[in-house]
Amino acid sequence: MNKFGFAISQGRQLNFDEMKSDKADRLLEVEPSYKWCIGCGGCTASCSAAGFTDFNIRRIHTAFIRGQYDGLEEKLRRCMLCGKCLLVCPRGVNTRSLIINMRRLLHD
Amino acid sequence: MTDEIFNPFVLPFLAGVAFLLIFSVWKYWRWIRGFDKLQRTVIRKNIFSWRFLPAIWESVREGLLHWRITKKNLLLGYMHRSLAFGWFLLIVVGFFQAMFAFPEGHHFWMAIFFNYFEPSHDISYPHAEFMANLMDVLLIYVLSGLLLAMFKKVWSRPMGMKRTTRHTLMDRVAKLALWCIFPLRLLSEAATSALYGNGGFMTRGLGNFLAEIGIADPTFALSCWTLYSIALGLFFCLMPFTRYMHIFTEIFLIFFRQLGVTDGDKKTGYTMFELSACSRCGICIDGCPMNRELGIVNMQGVYMLQSIRNLELQKNAESLAENCMMCDRCVADCPVNIDLSVIRRQVRIRSKADIDTHDGYGYLKNVQPFNAMSRVVYFGGCMTHLTPAISAAMERIFAAAGQKYWYMDKEESICCGRPLLQQGFENQAFELRRKNTEMIVGSKATMLVTSCPICFQSFTKEYKLPIPVMHHTQYIDMLLREGRLKVRHDDRRVAYHDPCELGRGCGVFDEPRRVLEATTTLLRTDEEREHSLCCGFNMGNPLLNLEQQTLVRNAARDNLMACNPDTIATACPMCKKAFAHADNVPVKDIAEIVAANII
Repeated sequence: MNKFGFAISQGRQLNFDEMKSDKADRLLEVEPSYKWCIGCGGCTASCSAAGFTDFNIRRIHTAFIRGQYDGLEEKLRRCMLCGKCLLVCPRGVNTRSLIINMRRLLHD
Repeated sequence: MTDEIFNPFVLPFLAGVAFLLIFSVWKYWRWIRGFDKLQRTVIRKNIFSWRFLPAIWESVREGLLHWRITKKNLLLGYMHRSLAFGWFLLIVVGFFQAMFAFPEGHHFWMAIFFNYFEPSHDISYPHAEFMANLMDVLLIYVLSGLLLAMFKKVWSRPMGMKRTTRHTLMDRVAKLALWCIFPLRLLSEAATSALYGNGGFMTRGLGNFLAEIGIADPTFALSCWTLYSIALGLFFCLMPFTRYMHIFTEIFLIFFRQLGVTDGDKKTGYTMFELSACSRCGICIDGCPMNRELGIVNMQGVYMLQSIRNLELQKNAESLAENCMMCDRCVADCPVNIDLSVIRRQVRIRSKADIDTHDGYGYLKNVQPFNAMSRVVYFGGCMTHLTPAISAAMERIFAAAGQKYWYMDKEESICCGRPLLQQGFENQAFELRRKNTEMIVGSKATMLVTSCPICFQSFTKEYKLPIPVMHHTQYIDMLLREGRLKVRHDDRRVAYHDPCELGRGCGVFDEPRRVLEATTTLLRTDEEREHSLCCGFNMGNPLLNLEQQTLVRNAARDNLMACNPDTIATACPMCKKAFAHADNVPVKDIAEIVAANII
């Protein structure tokens, strides 16, 4: 189905009572510039790794902030930290620091 | 008194020397055992070679004469030299003096406390008068350095230092002991001279004065000598725990370095030598852009090394190491040439997050090299994709020079790995290096040209490629010299910004300037070459926010704009991006300027 360009999306509802936000809070603490993110996806559009694979940094940081950590760590390893997203970001979010800190928090 | 060869007052001194000797031999032995395999092999291979000669010369030049500090500031150099070289000469000349005075031999403390043990306290041995006066001159030399050191504590600016190091308590106590040693020596010698009239012109003069005011007392003299001995002993006992350990360690470091030992990704015994060779002079603080523009003064080389060395501060080491732009300004300034950036990277290694990557870059498997036999590989680098004018200019230059090329990362770009390495992900960086090496070697190309200084430093220092690697400024310079590219000279006045990674990182200063001089009028700026300022937007520091980066950038911009140029030229896509909207002046890469001026 993926190859077809269509896929059936999973349900996107979040249950706030079950949502884990401790790591997200700590991420915002160490990298406050993430608060400015408007989710424009410029980071994903400029990404070197995304040229080869379905690595999608916007999806990853959105999932992280929602507390959906499954498989994120492995996905984050695909990032090459080249820093293009940092220069592209219209809001001045320190995306590299965001990625490094997400990895660090997922390990703790 | 005439035949006295020992007095209990020398005991503190002897204890200090014994402690220092045993402790440093044990320390050095442990560190040398901590060398890794490669470092041992290098030492074994080179230990009996001519490399010893430059090592001896450098030890004298840096350990005693402090040449690099003198080049920074004359007064500062004089201060360090007078203390190091002056004290060294006091010891050496003192031993000769004792050799003349005791022809049948003597204990070494009799040379250190010579005026006390001097036979009969007369001057009947060869060269006595001359030696005594020489010792006084040397003591004046050391004392003048001491006065300067005290002056520096109050007002350091005339010594070329805006900011001096904050020292630990231990360092301060040791410094106090050191500062007491030489005045106490003068006082003791004068007190003995007051009794017997021995010594050189200065001690005798002071001795006469003491005698006149009625302090010609053996007990007073003995207590002075005891205090002098205690000061020496205390200093020697504190030495292994303080910055003064650099006195001996620097000599070892110079020898190891000259033998070809380098620091790697892991902390080894050699790193320990580097840590201890830091004299905490604080010269790294003034140049650091983090201090100059952001007022952050806790993470410079001196404090980072201290935090690794000092067990209590070790918990801070990681956060201090992380907060640095890796612009290498401190590496250029360091008078001991400690490889600060390499040590910083060692601390940054994220052992937990950087474990085996489980094929994190497995998606690169299918990327295949192009058959580029007898062509040049052009590696734009990730950042060049965001400044397409640079790669377009390079493609025009290749075409004009009639050079066939393969633009390796035109569509799909693999990072060179240096940004990862800088952040301490060494395994992942290795994976990317392996893939790129496979691509480049597989293409059978003859040369690699890159537009990004970060990639350039990575290719020259971290890769082991079988083909030559050039930054595009070097490549254009070569084309111009060989006459393969003809350019016209226009009337633009250009200020050139040295990218940190290209200039200080790889020592490429002249080629970009030659190319700019061939095409434009190149202006000189106040802080250029090794002293160039960081543009603030490099990949080294993940902690800075946009405002802070902009402050650093503005300082670099002001330095360039001071000479009122028509265009700012640089040789790095990142620097170009940084300056792009900093002023109304256009910002161009050297490749763009050349491409526009091709005849």
